[in-house]
Amino acid sequence: MLKRYPLLIALLVLGYAFLYLPIISLVVYSFNESRLVTVWGGFSTKWYVELFQNGPLLRAAGLSIKIAAINATIAVVLGTLSALALVRFRRSRGHASLGVMSAAPLVMPEVIVGLSLLLLFVAMEDLLGWPKGRGQITILIAHITFSMAYVTVIVQSRLSHMDKSIEEAALDLGARPIKVFFTITLPMILPALGAGWLLAFTLSMDDLVIASFVSGPGSTTLPMVVYSSVRLGVNPQINALATIIIAVVALAVLIAAISMYRQELKNQRKA
Amino acid sequence: MNQIHSATQEQSWATSEEEPIVRIENVTKTFGSTYAVDDISLNIHRGEFFSLLGASGCGKTTLLRMLGGFETPTSGRIYIDGQDVTHVPPYLRPINMMFQSYALFPHMTVAQNIAYGLKQERMPDVVIRERVAEMLALVQIEKLATRKPHQLSGGQRQRVALARALAKHPKILLLDEPLGALDKKLRERTQFELVNIQERLGITFITVTHDQEEAMTMSSRIALINEGRIEQVDSPRRIYEFPATRYAANFIGTVNLFNGYVVSHENDMVLIHSDEAGADILVHHSQLLTPDMEVTVAIRPEKITVRDHFIDEPNSLNGIIKEIAYLGDVSIYHVELVTGKRVLFTQPNVLALAEQPLTWEQEVSLTWSAYSCGVLTQ
Repeated sequence: MLKRYPLLIALLVLGYAFLYLPIISLVVYSFNESRLVTVWGGFSTKWYVELFQNGPLLRAAGLSIKIAAINATIAVVLGTLSALALVRFRRSRGHASLGVMSAAPLVMPEVIVGLSLLLLFVAMEDLLGWPKGRGQITILIAHITFSMAYVTVIVQSRLSHMDKSIEEAALDLGARPIKVFFTITLPMILPALGAGWLLAFTLSMDDLVIASFVSGPGSTTLPMVVYSSVRLGVNPQINALATIIIAVVALAVLIAAISMYRQELKNQRKA
Repeated sequence: MNQIHSATQEQSWATSEEEPIVRIENVTKTFGSTYAVDDISLNIHRGEFFSLLGASGCGKTTLLRMLGGFETPTSGRIYIDGQDVTHVPPYLRPINMMFQSYALFPHMTVAQNIAYGLKQERMPDVVIRERVAEMLALVQIEKLATRKPHQLSGGQRQRVALARALAKHPKILLLDEPLGALDKKLRERTQFELVNIQERLGITFITVTHDQEEAMTMSSRIALINEGRIEQVDSPRRIYEFPATRYAANFIGTVNLFNGYVVSHENDMVLIHSDEAGADILVHHSQLLTPDMEVTVAIRPEKITVRDHFIDEPNSLNGIIKEIAYLGDVSIYHVELVTGKRVLFTQPNVLALAEQPLTWEQEVSLTWSAYSCGVLTQ
């Protein structure tokens, strides 16, 4: 059918080119011999070698991954709890406003979130003596506050589509509420928790603005290093780093897509 | 109406001396300002197949959920086997429930679903395996033990839900619209199976349904519920033949109602004059009715016999056939009386004729026995 519409094909190609050309050029130039990012000087992997000898960059990457992983794990726990509260206590007063309030970090400008958190941390240090200065802990807390909101939304939508009588059936068969949660509810919402964890991880890996506000000396995350080094002139090492990140992300997306496709097949058989 | 239960089953539960297995005392449940259940008292006896019947939103499901422990009565008490369970949580009640949606655990196999309740009792694995096998055999799904719920058809899921709910040998099984999701043929077959299983295990079944035919077929007794209140509790036969209220008469089966007033009451025979019928109607009724009392006469369509000319006798109404619905086994005739009131009667199609003897615009006379109709005062 497409063959009869050459214009349509041209538009399609143009659209995807718009999305992917920058990425492709970035990947291609990561294998450039030349130090100049815009001039092709032959194939080489030397920037990858240099990248793995760049101590500060690797430390920043390690810190980012560590913060992202801890953040994702804590955000999943807290986000799930808040989603449970929001879905289960529908009848309670003020339910609607609580829901809106918990989703507020999704729409709040990052600059405002970062600034307000910085002010909070400074005030807390003055009043309570904790947290001492700013560093990994403050970045982690800041990331959890907004990651948790995303996890809440994901888990909430899964929970509200769940047949309530499944949990009632478990209660009816003699399982206490806590047991019902771990043997029935949790396995059923596990895919949502996985999705929430991955999202929280990437959000944290990705964040530059909030981290810049609440980080301190010695705690520089990967986006901060990339951003500051690019300001001093684009270095092909960054291209190499970006290529690695793209490869990892693409792999993760592929795995997620395959597992979703399988789930879809299952659902189709169910219907 | 067909009824599966044998004649011996039709004992009078109402007069049983035994402590009822379920005693509901003045239970009321309100949601905000609406009364879902309004001061219901009810006794259900051991071994009964009891149905809560009513239109959707009448409160029957709320009542069932209070028995299961998923709702707490606003006031009143519920006793099971003599024990007050009004505030006992579901996981401590000797009751299991089969949910309308079946509520199977999607991440477990059929066998794991059935074993779930037994595992909560920390039974030894050997016992659990035996019991699961027994349950699979009971509902004839031995071959499906390792399947997941999404690999099952609707009828198979229904069986798994039943097996899971019966696995713990509860004193009472609650069934919320147990056959609601099945198609007609499967539903009819499953009705018989449910009754067979219930009689075999001797467990008290309490079911909620909006389908009067289903309730008639399976139940030993029916409680007809309307707007949170009980209209009538009786055996299917008595509820059909002797409805207590206008609502009951209308809800179960089809009925012709004539409003009128009592003229006289002698020797258990009531003479009622009805302007709607345009005649006097004689009804057998043992409870004393005082003259001039407003009453309604109820006559089922199949109790009416028809003659193909006008006659002038007690308990006979003259009219003209206006509509005929041919259903194969029976035909339903709509007759317009001289007063303008429409009356329904049915005739079995005994002979295989291309043309029925009764036809449109025909003058007929409808008559019935004084013992085949009822008087409703509510």
